[in-house]
Amino acid sequence: MAEKIFKVTSESGIHARPATMLVQAASKFDSDINLEYNGKTVNLKSIMGVMSLGIPQGAEIKIVAEGSDAAEAIAFLTETLAKEGLAQ
Amino acid sequence: MMKVLEGIAASSGIAIAKAYRLENPDLTVEKKAISNVAEEVARFEAAIAKAKEELETIRARALEELGEDKAAIFSAHLLVLSDPELLNPVKEKIETESVNAEYALRETASMFITMFESMDNEYMKERAADIRDVTTRVLAHLLGVSVSNPSMISEEVIIIAEDLTPSDTAQLNRKYVKGFTTDIGGRTSHSAIMARSMEIPAVVGTKSVTAEIQNGDIVIVDGLHGKVIVNPSVEVVAEYEKKRAHFAAQKAEWAKLVNERTITKDGHHVELAANIGTPDDVKGVLENGAEGIGLYRTEFLYMGRDQLPTEEEQFEAYKTVLERMDGKPVVVRTLDIGGDKELPYLDLPKEMNPFLGFRAIRLCLEMQDMFRTQLRALLRASVYGNLKIMFPMIATLDEFRQAKAILLEEKAKLQAEGVQVSDNIEVGMMVEIPAAAILADQFAKEVDFFSIGTNDLIQYTMAADRMNERISYLYQPYNPAILRLISSVIDAAHKEGKWAGMCGEMAGDAIAIPILLGLGLDEFSMSATSILRARSQMKKLSKEEAARFKETILSMRTAEEVVAFVKETFHIE
Repeated sequence: MAEKIFKVTSESGIHARPATMLVQAASKFDSDINLEYNGKTVNLKSIMGVMSLGIPQGAEIKIVAEGSDAAEAIAFLTETLAKEGLAQ
Repeated sequence: MMKVLEGIAASSGIAIAKAYRLENPDLTVEKKAISNVAEEVARFEAAIAKAKEELETIRARALEELGEDKAAIFSAHLLVLSDPELLNPVKEKIETESVNAEYALRETASMFITMFESMDNEYMKERAADIRDVTTRVLAHLLGVSVSNPSMISEEVIIIAEDLTPSDTAQLNRKYVKGFTTDIGGRTSHSAIMARSMEIPAVVGTKSVTAEIQNGDIVIVDGLHGKVIVNPSVEVVAEYEKKRAHFAAQKAEWAKLVNERTITKDGHHVELAANIGTPDDVKGVLENGAEGIGLYRTEFLYMGRDQLPTEEEQFEAYKTVLERMDGKPVVVRTLDIGGDKELPYLDLPKEMNPFLGFRAIRLCLEMQDMFRTQLRALLRASVYGNLKIMFPMIATLDEFRQAKAILLEEKAKLQAEGVQVSDNIEVGMMVEIPAAAILADQFAKEVDFFSIGTNDLIQYTMAADRMNERISYLYQPYNPAILRLISSVIDAAHKEGKWAGMCGEMAGDAIAIPILLGLGLDEFSMSATSILRARSQMKKLSKEEAARFKETILSMRTAEEVVAFVKETFHIE
């Protein structure tokens, strides 16, 4: 299992486009990947789940991956979030 | 029979063409028991695959016609069709309850639609439409009916629909679709946003276009005024054709002015700035060629949430705006809350006269922790651009001095902490209380600039609540009393070598512009979409000529007299 906490820096939070990117990135991995925010946990491979959280700028989010490629998943998601200026 | 329907002007322009009703196919779903579960799951998967294929095509088309931003919506739609939280429950339902795929899909999707619709946020509510759009496509494949296919249209039409889904809108061929109008929707719905980016005139939220308009009716969509005219008379068509040509000519003329400075006919420069509420608004500011931001309303950072924004959040927002404006002036108004704008989490007592009560700077001087946090965020952001700070609702010199002293204290603290702060931050005030306007000569000695807030200045000077419709006749921007106050504020600023601006509806008003130019106003701050029109008007005006009418206008007796005189003198329709 691997996990990491991020702070959302994207101005519009994790909405439409950022959510799309995040879900696309997570879907590349076999591991189960969950996103936690504000006491709620959703499947990071579910666009509707991610959108339903309505994550604003400044929010603290946690990504937890469990499975054979958990570490790679976290590394790749960290890179994606930073590269797109979404969170760090 | 000619009929006129009213709606929300969602995308400006005028279109005249034949009506084309975009109707949704019958997607009635019946619950059926099935015997071959595996076959049913396979049927569901096939429908998903077909829908994905179609969406790929639409996405490609959107990318080509509308750009990456709009195409992103369809990337999101495609993800919905891969969403395990949607697909797995549908399959499970088919398997465990032995029901047909249509029923399982509808039940599952409507759970998500209800969830998004019940969210307390306009943006999230609109997402329900996305899910409906995507699932409709899959349902249609399951039921073997065809979804509406507006890309097949091959003559000039106006689309009439209950609502347009994003995929409908992306398929509209600009060559043939001249405009559209819908029963539901608002200015921020997908269809409205798409219409603006495609520059197709649109009126949404009419409630009744699908009931009132038949295929082949002649329809005028007036996206400037939010009107839809059904089967207009020959005279009305002629009138609107003229308006359409006029609008097109004007738009072409205005578009040329985006990168120009605002110079009057006789060579004087005035600054045309824009009012914004959030960093997202900067895009429109730049697209419309504003020379700065004359009013950044910071309240929005504090609204629609359940606690105060942190210094860091505010810093990021201010920094973003300053950076994007790339050295152009940005006037930030410190928190103006209270009055009609409440923050539930501050738990302030209800007041009898909120507009005359505990609000804006009065509240900030009392709740200093909150005020200091905002000032620190501003000071830290100051090194990223050309920041100017102004305080709202200043009535006395003492209030201004206190606010400025707190600002300087925070600046000294930050510098002691080793944080970089700009040394060129102008500190000014809003002039919206008559007492401040009357004593402007004294204020001018201590401030760096004035920004006249006309909406409040008018309501306080006329003693007329601007929310009260029964006395709306007292909202008189052109009343000589108001004009004299404005004039003396501008003169007071100039006497001390300071500048005077205006942020309020009046600054962008076609009748007010020649008056204000003549009174010597330096900066006009208005909604971004008014900038190019105002610049076009300003270029045709001579400042010296306008100034010659100053005494005449200020010595008039009524607002009507002023309006009549200005219209006549400056040839304003």
